Amino acid sequence: MKSLTLQLNGSKVTHEVEPRETLADFLRERCRLTATHLGCEQGACGACTVAVNGQATRSCLRLAIMCEGQSVQTLEGLEDDPTMEVLRRHFHQSHAVQCGFCTPGMLMMARDILLRMPNPNAQTIRDQLSGQICRCTGYSGIVTAIVAAGRELGGAERPQP
Amino acid sequence: MKAAAFDYAVPKSVAEATALLGSNGAATAAIAGGQSLLPLLNLRVALPDLVVDLARLEELKEIAATQTNIRIGALTTHAAIEDGKLPEAFGGLMQKVASKISYRAVRNHGTIGGSVALADPAADWPGCLLALGAHVRITGRKGTRSQPIGEFVLGQYSTSLAADEIIVGFDVPRPDAALRCGSFKVVRKSGAFANSIAFAISYGRGGPAAVVLAAAADRPCLLPAVAERIKAGEKSEDVLRDAIAQDVAKHVAKDDPYLMRLHTSTVLRALREVQAK
Repeated sequence: MKSLTLQLNGSKVTHEVEPRETLADFLRERCRLTATHLGCEQGACGACTVAVNGQATRSCLRLAIMCEGQSVQTLEGLEDDPTMEVLRRHFHQSHAVQCGFCTPGMLMMARDILLRMPNPNAQTIRDQLSGQICRCTGYSGIVTAIVAAGRELGGAERPQP
Repeated sequence: MKAAAFDYAVPKSVAEATALLGSNGAATAAIAGGQSLLPLLNLRVALPDLVVDLARLEELKEIAATQTNIRIGALTTHAAIEDGKLPEAFGGLMQKVASKISYRAVRNHGTIGGSVALADPAADWPGCLLALGAHVRITGRKGTRSQPIGEFVLGQYSTSLAADEIIVGFDVPRPDAALRCGSFKVVRKSGAFANSIAFAISYGRGGPAAVVLAAAADRPCLLPAVAERIKAGEKSEDVLRDAIAQDVAKHVAKDDPYLMRLHTSTVLRALREVQAK
C-alpha cells in the first residue's frame, strides 16, 4: 500500500491505496463517491469520466496513485457548478436519461465540451460525445439537451472543428 | 476486470528511470499516459511486477524549435497537439491526426511517446512521423541515441528499445512553406484503432514527397512508387491507382479485394487532400 494525497472536489484527501487501484475504484470504494460509474473498465464506454486537473479523464484508465498532488473533480463536486446546473436542467427537460447508468459520464463530458467549445452544434456534439456509450436513449435526447444548454450558456458562435 | 498487483515507482530523473527499467527486465512496464497500458493491465494481458511512471520527467516534456527541427517531447499529449501547442503546424497534419485519435478524454492523457513505444500497427503517430521523416531520441543507461522512426519501429508492438531505454522525444525536420499534407483514416467504430490510415506529404513538383500506409502491415510502410508519381506532379487517378496497387500489393494479400480497395481508397483520399492545397 502507498499513501496518496490529492485534491478531491476541492478538499485535500489522503488514503492508503494499492498501486493497481484505478482512480475509478479509488473514488467509489475508498471515497464512497459512487456517481462515477464503472462500465467496461477498459476505456470504451465513458461512464467513468471525471476531470483530472480540469481535463476530462476516463477514471478507469488512470491509476489512482498517478494522481498524487493532482486535482480531481467528480459529479458530486459540481453540484453548484453553473455549467452543470444548466446541463442538469436540460437533461431533465429533454428526457436525456433513461436507465441513468451512462448519465454521470455524459454530464462530465458534456461539461467538458461546453467549456472547450461554446455553443456547439448537434454534429459537433455527436462527434465529441462519440466516446460515451448509452444503450437506452439512442442519444437524441442527450444531444438535444447539450445543444440547448450550449445555447442558454451563450458564448459567441464560432467555427466548429 | 481489475489489474493484478504490481509495485509502482516514480523516478525523479531519466537516469533513475532507465536504472529502474533496466534492473528488472521484461517484468517492468513504463507508463506515461497509460491509455493503452491501463486496458492491458485491467484485462490482465500485461502482468508487470513493477510499473515505472515516466509522467513526471520534465526532460520528456520539452517542446522546442531548433534551426533544423521541431523537437517534440515524448510526454506531449495528443490533446496538446490537437490544441495547436506545437511551434509548427506541419501543414495542419499533426493537429488533424491528433484530433482523430480515440476520444478527447483519452487524448488528454495519451502521449505521442507512449503511442510510438507501443508500436501498434494501427496507431496514428508512427505512420505520421514516418511521413514527416522524424527521428526518435532515446536514452538508456549507456547514453543517448537517435534513430529514424522507420528503423525504430521493427514490427507489431516491437521497437528497437532495449529494456532500460525510454523515448525522450522526436526531432521532426522543419518544413518550409511549400509543404502540403494529406491524411485519411478509416475506422469502423469511432475511437477504435484504424483499419487503414494513409499519410501523404509533398513539397510540390520535383520536391520531396512521402506517402505512408499504416494499419495494413505489421508496421507503417512507405509507398515509394506513389511518392514518385506525386513528385512528378501526376494528376491522373488511373496512374495513381496503378502505383498504389504496385506498392500496396507488397504488404497486403492481393487476393483480398476488400483490403486492396480499402487501402487504395485511403491513399487516394490523402493524395487528393494534398492536391487540393
